Amino acid sequence: MKEEMDVLEQTIGSEYKYGFVTDIETETVPKGINESIVRLISKKKNEPEWMLNWRLKAFAHWIKMEEPQWPNVTYPPINFQDIIYYAAPKKKKALNGLDEVDPELLKTFEKLGISINEQKRLTGVAVDVVMDSVSVATSFKKQLAEVGIIFCSMSEAIQNHPELVQKYIGSVVPMTDNYFAALNSAVFTDGSFCYIPKGVRCPMELSTYFRINTENSGQFERTLIVAEEESYVSYLEGCTAPKRDENQLHAAVVELVAHRKAEIKYSTVQNWYPGDANGAGGIYNFVTKRGICMGEYAKISWSQVETGSAITWKYPSVILKGDHSVGEFYSVALTNHLQQADTGTKMIHIGKNTRSRIVSKGISAGRSQNSYRGLVRVGKNAINARNFSQCDSLLLGDQCGAHTFPYIEAAHPSAVIEHEATTSKIGEDQLFYCRQRGIDTEAAVALIVTGFAKEVMNQLPMEFAVEAQKLLAISLEGSVG
Amino acid sequence: MAILQTAYIEEKFDTLQSSHPNVLLNEVRQKGFQTYQNVGIPSYKNEEWRYTPVSNLFKQSYSFSEKVSTINQASVDAFRLPDSATANELVFVNGLYNPLLSNIRSAANEMVIISMEEAANDIRFSDILKEHLGKSSLYLQDGIHALNTSFINGGVFVYVPKKVQVALPLYIYHIADTVQNPVLAQPRSLIYLAESAELKLVETYKTAGSSDSFTNEVMEVVVAGNAVFEYYKLQNDIAVANQVNTTHIRQIGKSYVHTVVVTLDGGMVRNNTNIIMETPGNEAHMYGLYLLKGNTHADNHTLVDNREPHCFSNELYKGVMDDATTGVFSGKIYVRPQAQKINAYQSNKNILLSEKASVNTKPQLEIFADDVKCSHGCTIGRLDEEALFYLRSRGIDAAQAKAMLLQAFANDVIEKIKIESLREHIETLIVNRLSVQIS
Repeated sequence: MKEEMDVLEQTIGSEYKYGFVTDIETETVPKGINESIVRLISKKKNEPEWMLNWRLKAFAHWIKMEEPQWPNVTYPPINFQDIIYYAAPKKKKALNGLDEVDPELLKTFEKLGISINEQKRLTGVAVDVVMDSVSVATSFKKQLAEVGIIFCSMSEAIQNHPELVQKYIGSVVPMTDNYFAALNSAVFTDGSFCYIPKGVRCPMELSTYFRINTENSGQFERTLIVAEEESYVSYLEGCTAPKRDENQLHAAVVELVAHRKAEIKYSTVQNWYPGDANGAGGIYNFVTKRGICMGEYAKISWSQVETGSAITWKYPSVILKGDHSVGEFYSVALTNHLQQADTGTKMIHIGKNTRSRIVSKGISAGRSQNSYRGLVRVGKNAINARNFSQCDSLLLGDQCGAHTFPYIEAAHPSAVIEHEATTSKIGEDQLFYCRQRGIDTEAAVALIVTGFAKEVMNQLPMEFAVEAQKLLAISLEGSVG
Repeated sequence: MAILQTAYIEEKFDTLQSSHPNVLLNEVRQKGFQTYQNVGIPSYKNEEWRYTPVSNLFKQSYSFSEKVSTINQASVDAFRLPDSATANELVFVNGLYNPLLSNIRSAANEMVIISMEEAANDIRFSDILKEHLGKSSLYLQDGIHALNTSFINGGVFVYVPKKVQVALPLYIYHIADTVQNPVLAQPRSLIYLAESAELKLVETYKTAGSSDSFTNEVMEVVVAGNAVFEYYKLQNDIAVANQVNTTHIRQIGKSYVHTVVVTLDGGMVRNNTNIIMETPGNEAHMYGLYLLKGNTHADNHTLVDNREPHCFSNELYKGVMDDATTGVFSGKIYVRPQAQKINAYQSNKNILLSEKASVNTKPQLEIFADDVKCSHGCTIGRLDEEALFYLRSRGIDAAQAKAMLLQAFANDVIEKIKIESLREHIETLIVNRLSVQIS
């Protein structure tokens, strides 16, 4: 309690503090997208031919597609010809250690409070830092390599492990899946690749910090995690971005593959620049995340804390193909000012005795709109499928909106599905109770919100839980008056 | 008799417009037809129709709002609801109101029942029509609804004056005479309850003949302050009877609305039940039961639009899907920005009995005001094993135990029917059905 209050005190009243621009010479390709840009990206990254062909196929499909209109969000049309599709910090000679990394970069990370040295020493987290689109530093690689884990950037994986990439890329999110996934497939620049061999329990939490840096460069990350039989991995993804006035597009794709008895835990803290109080600037976050439980007893768990971005549009999903497989989704989405979030999950039950659980907490403040959109589908052969969903919304302020759009489709009589949703405002009696004990309104609101989101926060790894709580409080700042 | 092609519909529309020169109705029809031409028949890509392939119904030919019919009093007798002798009975044949077959038993000062055309020409009612006819188009902008509006013809206008509590219930029989040809019937009605009026309304549907029928009905109800409106719908038609049924209720004064929709049999059945709360302090209760067998596809779409503060709504829809049936539920609670202090609850419970049955449900909340209490719950499951075991252990055989549990499940909705004879009638239908179905 004491600790929580300290955290809140520190952060309330503070503005988005990660808005700064790092000045590093970047190598960029011309604005716009066409076939030659796709070829250029592939060439710059020195990719094998199958990769280029795959990109070209995706591009050919993308130009035939239309931008989706169904999400409950509004934004001015995106000019896809006005985006720089490739930006990489200039190649320096190969690095032998962190001290050789551009000091500018290191400073950036210090400002972010994720000094690699510190993290290496104190937390034992391996950080694959993605600065713009190319990985610049990867740590703990050796230690991971000892147990046979491959954890590297996507570009490296394409060079060094083409057979794995070729086998799994697009196997969960096909290039034709949706508009932004197709675009990503054509122009993705980098991302993380992770392969856990059979029977290995990953000794540390794997983590990637994304940063959007060069102005006008859409980030097109592609992450692929493959967990072989009876393996386990926990992956953390955290995001901060510099303050900008122009909207930036982020269209990432994340694919997870869990084989028999494997478990993947994927946690996200998303704190991109949400735009100012009048809605100027801010990131468009259009992400396709999906995992597949290929084998029996596989488990995939998504947890996310979404506080940033002007617009969030993402549905981390699980395809429960293997018998007895388990899918989980825990989410806290907080919107303030003019932010818009349309997020949720899909649980597709295909195998027998599959289970899924959805806990979604939406908090809307200011003039924001927060939507939960989810699908639970039980197929014809999914005997004894079980789902529980809970979607709660909390409204702070009288100009915001909270929306729930669940889709539940059952085609087998043995399915048991429960869904419940509530929407209410913050309890007057709870506020009164706090006020009575000398806690001011803003702190009281933050406290109540933290409690409201606790069920999800508990699912986050330690490192994230603290940061996530700070974020909630920062994002709420100015929402009560 | 022709396939429902645009050219044919256009021709029919032009004929109708020139043959009934009433400015008011012509205008409403014209607007409807424009919408129909603009949007057409919805495909599965239309969000509101994704689980109900209504365009399939347009793949065949129907005779179109024809007056020729062999239905007489004796044939209506076969369909009458219980206690019909003490009720007002309205009969629609192939979508057209038939005053000769209808029996109005309430006194003329208690209730006015006239054709839509008469009402449009009557200075007492033309203003009401002008203000309220076609308002549902604001909410239902699809081609099916527009098609009904394009062909407003032979509909009925019901007016309950101030402070009149109509003692006799109003029964409406929709009969489709398909002995000769498949029929497209498009009944239309406007019901107006003035201040402090009370009305109980029951609608039921019957297809006489074995060809396909397609009833595309729109009923608009306007409920003024302190009025009480009870609405019951019983759908227990044959397997080739298809329906798209819209009941659009607007509460224009602080009033009370109670609806129960029971679907027991039919082909493809779609019910749109909308309640629009246009003033503060409205109250509405909505109940639904779909107990399906054979190949029936039942789709219930409900909407509660809270436009003003201090409204209360409660909604319970329950479904049992057997054989190769499909149940669809989509419930939307909408709370507008200025509508504070809203309490809105919604619950949807489903039981799947067969491997071929399926259910799709979509309970939605769209909330723009902060001082509200809204919730929805939704379950899909099977019969409680422990309850079954309890009954079996007391010597009740499996089929009977199952029937008892289902009956209890259905009863949560059936008990909300406040007309006793109707409730008993539906209970009997369910008991008979369960004893045959589950054995």
